[in-house]
Amino acid sequence: MTTDALLQVRGLEVAYLDRGVARPALHGVDFDVPRGAVVAIVGESGSGKSTTAQALVRQVAEGGKITGGSVVFDGRDLLQLPERSLRQVRGARIGFVPQDPGSSLNPLMKVGEQIAEALRLHTGLSRRDAASRAVEILDEVGISDAGVRAEQYPHELSGGMRQRVLIGIAWSCGPELVIADEPTSALDVTVQRHVLDRIESLARNRGTSVLLVTHDLAVAADRADLILVMQHGRVVEHGRASEVLANPQHEYTRSLVESAPGLHSERMTPHPIEVGEDESRALTLGFGDRRLAPVAGAARDDILVVENLTKTFSVRGGLEGKNTFTAVDAVSFRVERGTTFSIVGESGSGKTTTARMAARIVESDSGSIRFDGTDITSLRGDALRQLRRRIQVVYQNPFGSLDPMMTVEKIVAEPLAAFRIGSRAERRDAVHALLDAVRLKPELASRRPAQLSGGQRQRVAIARALTLGPELLVLDEPVSALDVSVQEQILQLLVDLQHEFGLSYLFISHDLGVIRQISDSIAVMRTGRIVEQGSAASIIGSPADDYTRELLEAIPGARR
Amino acid sequence: MIRRVLSRPGMIVAALIVFVAVALMLAPNLFATYDPLTGEAGDRLLPPSPEHWFGTDHLGRDLYSRVVHGAFLSLATAGLAVLVGVVIGALVGLLSGFIGGAVDFVTMRVVDVVIAVPSVLLSLIVVAGLGFGPVSVAIGVGLGAAGSFARVTRSQVVRVRNAEYVEAARTLGVRWPAILTRHVFPNSARPVIALAALEIGTAVLAVSALSFLGFGAPPPAPEWGALVSAGRDYLATAWWLSVLPGAVILIVVLAVNRLARAIGGEK
Repeated sequence: MTTDALLQVRGLEVAYLDRGVARPALHGVDFDVPRGAVVAIVGESGSGKSTTAQALVRQVAEGGKITGGSVVFDGRDLLQLPERSLRQVRGARIGFVPQDPGSSLNPLMKVGEQIAEALRLHTGLSRRDAASRAVEILDEVGISDAGVRAEQYPHELSGGMRQRVLIGIAWSCGPELVIADEPTSALDVTVQRHVLDRIESLARNRGTSVLLVTHDLAVAADRADLILVMQHGRVVEHGRASEVLANPQHEYTRSLVESAPGLHSERMTPHPIEVGEDESRALTLGFGDRRLAPVAGAARDDILVVENLTKTFSVRGGLEGKNTFTAVDAVSFRVERGTTFSIVGESGSGKTTTARMAARIVESDSGSIRFDGTDITSLRGDALRQLRRRIQVVYQNPFGSLDPMMTVEKIVAEPLAAFRIGSRAERRDAVHALLDAVRLKPELASRRPAQLSGGQRQRVAIARALTLGPELLVLDEPVSALDVSVQEQILQLLVDLQHEFGLSYLFISHDLGVIRQISDSIAVMRTGRIVEQGSAASIIGSPADDYTRELLEAIPGARR
Repeated sequence: MIRRVLSRPGMIVAALIVFVAVALMLAPNLFATYDPLTGEAGDRLLPPSPEHWFGTDHLGRDLYSRVVHGAFLSLATAGLAVLVGVVIGALVGLLSGFIGGAVDFVTMRVVDVVIAVPSVLLSLIVVAGLGFGPVSVAIGVGLGAAGSFARVTRSQVVRVRNAEYVEAARTLGVRWPAILTRHVFPNSARPVIALAALEIGTAVLAVSALSFLGFGAPPPAPEWGALVSAGRDYLATAWWLSVLPGAVILIVVLAVNRLARAIGGEK
């Protein structure tokens, strides 16, 4: 480590109080941030990466306490500084870009004023000068019509623009160091790319050091000069970005490199799921007359055929009264039996609405949906209920889609109860076999969703979806709420289950990096239309549409 | 939870009072020192003393024993009133919120009207229609409270109905009645239970008020509101006849409210 470091962290220790007991979250973290360098801290949730970022400016979350170490910033230990002097460092010499642009701006203040506030506080500019400087800053972070935008409130701006405003605030007072804590995890990939570009160019042009906290190794690979990998509150590996990626020393880093979707473009290969004979009988309790078998090679038929599906919503617009907004515009596609068909697009592209219409959750305005040769567009009542046994849905947010009051066992057994299948004991066996199939321990059956991790919850949701032996699974962003390494595990599980049970998937995601790991065919959606569709190899290998190319370029890790 | 309660002395006192009140209700004979209904003609209107803690009334009955025995009538009536309010209100709110649309709109406007009428007046009308007695008082007070239960339940149901797990249940093929009983109701219940606990205090007051007006249990049955009422004529000479039962009502209501707010999540 060089002596020319702007920031030197030595033996940093933080503990959180949990019911009166101090639980250490950081066990002596050491690292340097050289002047003008971009340093990335990479790790999963719970690794202590955000705690580290917060501890640097003594802003540890409630219940946390810095218990040891030093943070030397430009020759002074920030941990020993009186609060008053620290305030002059925070915001002025160290900028902070928070994780969630939705809640980090004051909703009642115009965005221009919020930048001006930081300026007046730290640089002593007059009210007028600060206001005009704020407009310049908005322009510098790439917001067009900066003069107009400065007069708007945060809710009038998109997520990406809000994050730019926060970046503007972080850089407003000419800081020497900017700490960016997961600055793009709430944003679409294409927006993520623009925001990261902006951070990078500001850092290069102004010579600012950046400490970038991220769970996505691919983002770090693209943007950072140095990478530190954290696990369980310790730095397990650090070094130049290219070296860490090319030649990871620590086992955990190796697994991160392997799981980063941006760094791998191959479709995953299925691993067999070990199911014993007794277990298989229990597992298939709700399957009816369906056999669990892989779909054989050629001559596949289409399990789902969607034609000219259209959906318009009426939105209440200002003074003009009602307007209509076409969310999905004449969308057609086919899903081959036993394969994965993915729809990729940004938020607002209509991909989720399309999937929800195909699964008969929302009504379509026009068009037709045929499932396994039968028109299901206008099924109602019991016929629709019976269809649920064959089409199941896994939602994006595994916390929201599981009833918080129910145990895992009840959640997974619910479809059986709904269709009055099996005795109590048979259902319990089925639940245990299903949990085993999604690689969850049977002890978890008595827990409630709040006691599970995000990945475990999503496994429960998948187990529940499998209970009735469906032929088609509609997966609506099933991994976007999860850590990258957990994403990898869930995707692998989906690939394995597909192979084992001959499942067909309609897979929705905003992330082409994820999609190319699981898809056989891909459709790219934008503003309600499919701009391009075809086999996964052709879409990724030779995209015909500009927008598809833009999405491909936005995948983090693509630059290496 | 227990540690949180113990760290607050006010909570301990409130819990003790409620515990004693329930004990009075269930086993009055353990606490009463005299027969509540028969008096000693020579002991009329005695002030509070070691023999007669709350003094005696105009027929020489021991007031303390009457208050003890009155606990059952007062508190059971209040409890029944809350039960009536919760059952009717929750049912209306649950269906209104779950069905939605025009049904919801019409139902909630009716509920608005019910809430707009002062609840004592509403209770009086019901009691006048059903005839006097503790059960009609309970129904009257319960109906007066049903409006707010309907409102709270509906707001919770509307929140839960749009939750993702309810949609998930639907896509799993769960039928509507099962969704209602297995998902919507359990997830809506907590604020309703908290409100019910709060309403117990209000109901004790309302029941006492109606009994004070003479709509409740007929004499000589001891009931707290009726005891206050009976002492009214002797305020100048025997203040304890009204003041002491009144103080008991006050203390119990305060204690119940304190506990209820804790159930509602307030610190």
